[in-house]
Amino acid sequence: MEWSVLQQYGPSLLKGFGNTILCWALGTVFGMALGLVIALVQRYAPRWVTWIVQAYIEVIRGTPFLVQLFVLYYGGPLVGLRLDALPAGLLGLTIYGSPYFAEIFRSGFRAVPDGQIEAARAIGMSESDIVRRILLPLGLVSALPALVNFSIILTKETVILSIITVPELLYQVQRMSAETFRYVEANLVLALFFWGLVETISRVGLRLEARITKHLIERT
Amino acid sequence: MPAASSVEMRKVNKYYDKFQALKDIDLSIPPGKVTCLIGPSGSGKSTLLRCINFLEEYDSGEVRIDGQLIGYDAPNKKMSGRRLREMRRSIGMVFQQFNLWPHMTARENVAEGLIRVRRISKADADRRASEALAKVGLADKSASHPSRLSGGQQQRVAIARAIAMEPRLMLFDEPTSALDPELVGEVLSVMRTLAGEGMTMVVVTHEMGFAAHVADQVGFMEKGELVSVDSPDRILHHPEDPRIQSFLRTYHERNSF
Ligand SMILES: Nc1ncnc2c1ncn2[C@@H]1O[C@H](COP(=O)(O)OP(=O)(O)OP(=O)(O)O)[C@@H](O)[C@H]1O
Ligand SMILES: [Mg+2]
Repeated sequence: MEWSVLQQYGPSLLKGFGNTILCWALGTVFGMALGLVIALVQRYAPRWVTWIVQAYIEVIRGTPFLVQLFVLYYGGPLVGLRLDALPAGLLGLTIYGSPYFAEIFRSGFRAVPDGQIEAARAIGMSESDIVRRILLPLGLVSALPALVNFSIILTKETVILSIITVPELLYQVQRMSAETFRYVEANLVLALFFWGLVETISRVGLRLEARITKHLIERT
Repeated sequence: MPAASSVEMRKVNKYYDKFQALKDIDLSIPPGKVTCLIGPSGSGKSTLLRCINFLEEYDSGEVRIDGQLIGYDAPNKKMSGRRLREMRRSIGMVFQQFNLWPHMTARENVAEGLIRVRRISKADADRRASEALAKVGLADKSASHPSRLSGGQQQRVAIARAIAMEPRLMLFDEPTSALDPELVGEVLSVMRTLAGEGMTMVVVTHEMGFAAHVADQVGFMEKGELVSVDSPDRILHHPEDPRIQSFLRTYHERNSF
């Protein structure tokens, strides 16, 4: 082992890690937002709209992320969509995650007992108020563990962005390995960074869960 | 106290696919009176009750609240969502499973409809919610979440949630069936108070005692038909229809030891 190379490459590795976190965070937030919209559309839109959305879900879930990125980054310009690597990567992550997030929200909504929705209808609440006040808060609570779990999976999908030259952590690690032949050290750094990130996310997730379910757990 | 509503059902039919759950239901519910519905499981009691506030969409016939058709503007022409919501505002409903919103405190459960539907300010809604909770004997529980309340307390919060909207009609679907026996009394006593104040009430129940003592009329249902509607005494003590006799016999056998 030869750790002195880290002195030289430390800053670029840190920058790469920063980009990884940025891509992950924004990709997760946008992917969740799009997934939420999809889940609501699937629940409330007319039949023919849900078919179109369902087709989108099938296509995205049925193809590898790598292929989607290539199509977006190298195929995009053919139809006039010219994006830099970073925005292309973010858009790609958003699209890739959205159908999974949508499914998570859908099952979260299904976990809200019909009776609680009916009780709101019975006092004359509008559908939009029912969504905002009942369905979303309760659905999110049941969806939370799966949401955290999938965002953890997404951390590791960010490395694929290196293929379209997004300067995230794997990209920097590969550069360092190529220039110094310190493969083991470089990949240990990579593993350590990811482990720290995942550990942090899952801890925050558990905290959040404990906090928002405090009042929901039946006292026995 | 707002005026009490009347309900008229005429030739109401309801199908679940091929299965006919309600058959030509004719029922008059006079204002300010208590109507109890009894009958075996699966006979259509809940379905009938839920047609009154159009939680269940009937397929033909008419359901009128104070003369106004609910659910449809004309046969086969659904009423707008807005009009339906307006009509539902004055119809309270209490469910077997309480159906409180678990992420809100008792007071928030009661205030929610006042804020979202009646568009009352938060402060006023809180005040009215506290009054409604006091009325069902739960003034001290207003800050508790449903998960911290007993079944009987949860059901009383659900009743408070309905009466805070100042309904002119209250629908109860087996309000005590999910409760431990020792908690049934507290809920029935709140319902008795409401009846005494002149609220129109329709109550699906297996509590024959409540039906006998509080109801002004009792309806017996079987296999989607409203077999008979009459005074509690004639239905519960001197039934003529053999189907009612047999139902009551089964009931008494189960409840004697
Ligand atoms: N959503 C539904 N889809 C299909 N069939 C239904 C549905 N809801 C009720 N039914 C059927 O309609 C019939 C009447 O049901 P309903 O719930 O009104 O009975 P009930 O008299 O309230 O019974 P219980 O005392 O068990 O509550 C039953 O045979 C039931 O299986
Ligand atoms: Mg029922």
